[in-house]
Amino acid sequence: MKAARITADGLYRAALGGAAALVFVVVALIVFEAARGAGLSIRTFGFGFLTSTAWDPVSEKFGALPYIYGTVVSSALALILAVPLGIGSAVYLAEIAPRRVGAVVSFVIELLAAIPSIVYGVWGFFVLAPWLRTAIEPWLISHLGFLPLFRGYPFGIGMLNAAIVLSIMVLPTIVSISREVLLATPRSLREAALALGATPAEAIGVALDAARPGILGAVILALGRALGETMAVTMVIGNTNRISASLLDPAATMASIIANEFTEATTPLYISSLIEIALVLFAITIVVNGAARVLVYWATGGRRTAAALA
Amino acid sequence: MNIRRKTLYLTALVVATAGFLLGALGPAVQASPSTTLTGAGATFPYPIYSKWFDMYHQKTGIEINYQSIGSGGGIQQVKAGTVDFGASDAALSDARLKEMPRRVLHFPTVAGAVVMAYNLPSVKQPLHLTSDVIAGIYMGQITTWNDKRVAAANPGVALPAAPILPVHRSDGSGTTNIFTTYLSAVSGPWKELVGANTSVSWPVGIGGKGNEGVSGLVRQTQGSIGYIELAYAKQNRLPVAHVRNRSGSFVEPTLASTTAAAEGASSFLAKDVRTPIVNSPAPTAYPICGLTFLLVYQDQKDPGKGHALASFIDWAIHDGQDVAASLDYARLPEAVVKVNEGTLRKLTVAGKRLLADR
Repeated sequence: MKAARITADGLYRAALGGAAALVFVVVALIVFEAARGAGLSIRTFGFGFLTSTAWDPVSEKFGALPYIYGTVVSSALALILAVPLGIGSAVYLAEIAPRRVGAVVSFVIELLAAIPSIVYGVWGFFVLAPWLRTAIEPWLISHLGFLPLFRGYPFGIGMLNAAIVLSIMVLPTIVSISREVLLATPRSLREAALALGATPAEAIGVALDAARPGILGAVILALGRALGETMAVTMVIGNTNRISASLLDPAATMASIIANEFTEATTPLYISSLIEIALVLFAITIVVNGAARVLVYWATGGRRTAAALA
Repeated sequence: MNIRRKTLYLTALVVATAGFLLGALGPAVQASPSTTLTGAGATFPYPIYSKWFDMYHQKTGIEINYQSIGSGGGIQQVKAGTVDFGASDAALSDARLKEMPRRVLHFPTVAGAVVMAYNLPSVKQPLHLTSDVIAGIYMGQITTWNDKRVAAANPGVALPAAPILPVHRSDGSGTTNIFTTYLSAVSGPWKELVGANTSVSWPVGIGGKGNEGVSGLVRQTQGSIGYIELAYAKQNRLPVAHVRNRSGSFVEPTLASTTAAAEGASSFLAKDVRTPIVNSPAPTAYPICGLTFLLVYQDQKDPGKGHALASFIDWAIHDGQDVAASLDYARLPEAVVKVNEGTLRKLTVAGKRLLADR
């Protein structure tokens, strides 16, 4: 009996360990395969690949800079739009709204996460784009056109459209995780704050402070989705490899260039360059995630203990 | 325990017998209806190919599976030998042909046209375009609709002073290949600066994904112009421009004027079937056209599959052509069918000809 139990325990442990190890193996294989596929491009272009703005399949000159720019800027803009909105709704749902309202609204917000990205793309293309083109962008051009951010032609599709679509796509991640984290902070924190004479708003501030690591985690997850989103962005970003300061101009991202060109890429160097883009995207994701983790650690160092003591 | 073992033996016996029977039947079945062919490649001809495969399956029992993964993927799979045939909207260059492990033959199956769709609500009659105007627009040299070069091709038409918004495909595609092959054929500067490929470095304009992306942008945006497949424009009733051909007449893109383009190029096709049919010399030809190809190894390894493939192609270039128009593809002209018949005779299995002379 005892022997059997030990074996079962051992099996259980081995299975769990194997499952955990498998994740590493998969990631390692992805990196290895991508690096192998990108070999030809790396040997041909070297570091110039990261700084070149050329993307010419005819003469086989490839550079990733416009796509790196497009990915980073569209994701950053999406977070600028989504983070205040997302944390705001999470605070309302967790702290202010009646319990039942909070549950219903957060259910609806989580539904947003289940919508396939192609549907967001179609919406961005057929609903958001005409609205941006006829109403929002002409207004931006005439009122804020003195800024380089809002110069150019109101195409309707472009960086702004992509950022708005992305921000809606990452919103459910931010809202639902932030709400859960806020709900998990001890009630005693708010009660203590109120007992010390804090206003209700200040008490929420205390709870937010305690929830900060979790909320930052939510933002990191959202950023990951924004960096890698492919289909919706491809449909609404306009797909040009020109770097422009204006948010109204078309752009392209690393994921969108792969989605656009991989199927019809025929020459080895062309395919290899697209794989190198994937490798660069992978590296950027790792760097961004790492940086965000450092940020969380730095922003919350010691506070966890304070929250635990409270 | 004993019973279980017995069941096991019995099962093994049944499996072994079945396997033996199947094995014995094997050789006799080889070239008959159970033959399955696999192919992969171009998306442009997918609707007609799937129709053909379905019709051919009903006629002969031969099943053909086709993955429309794109011409690039199709060529890769032919090279790797994982499919029985490939399909591509662009013929293989000499360099690509050399990379293939064995000799690959091209069979054009249908022709397609690329049309210029535009959004100018104030212009009622079909817009007329010349090669210079199209190249000028896509190189960013012609930027407004009332430019005198556009006006010269449209006498008596009140063109708006609106800016031109050129739209192109963002994804690599055979459509882009036909369009840029045409521009390279008619414009020296285009050939020099941009060139022809399934995707190119566009000097101006914005990119939409797929025919639906380009036509969606054109439909939404006044002053825009974009290139899309004829079939797509017809099915969505978009206004399309008449384009001046090599002999100087403005031709509406239709199935007939597309077939005429292939007809006009047939003497070149007889020498090399990979020759682009853009800017065809025929007087009734629409100038922006292309053929789509099946890619097949000249020497087939498997006699059953080789025979099935050869007879399918033989059927597709003859009887199969009759359904082309119903799916908005332009049929092959008789001269190109003749070229295909000649190529079919080159197909061999282990050095022996696959099809008898007709």
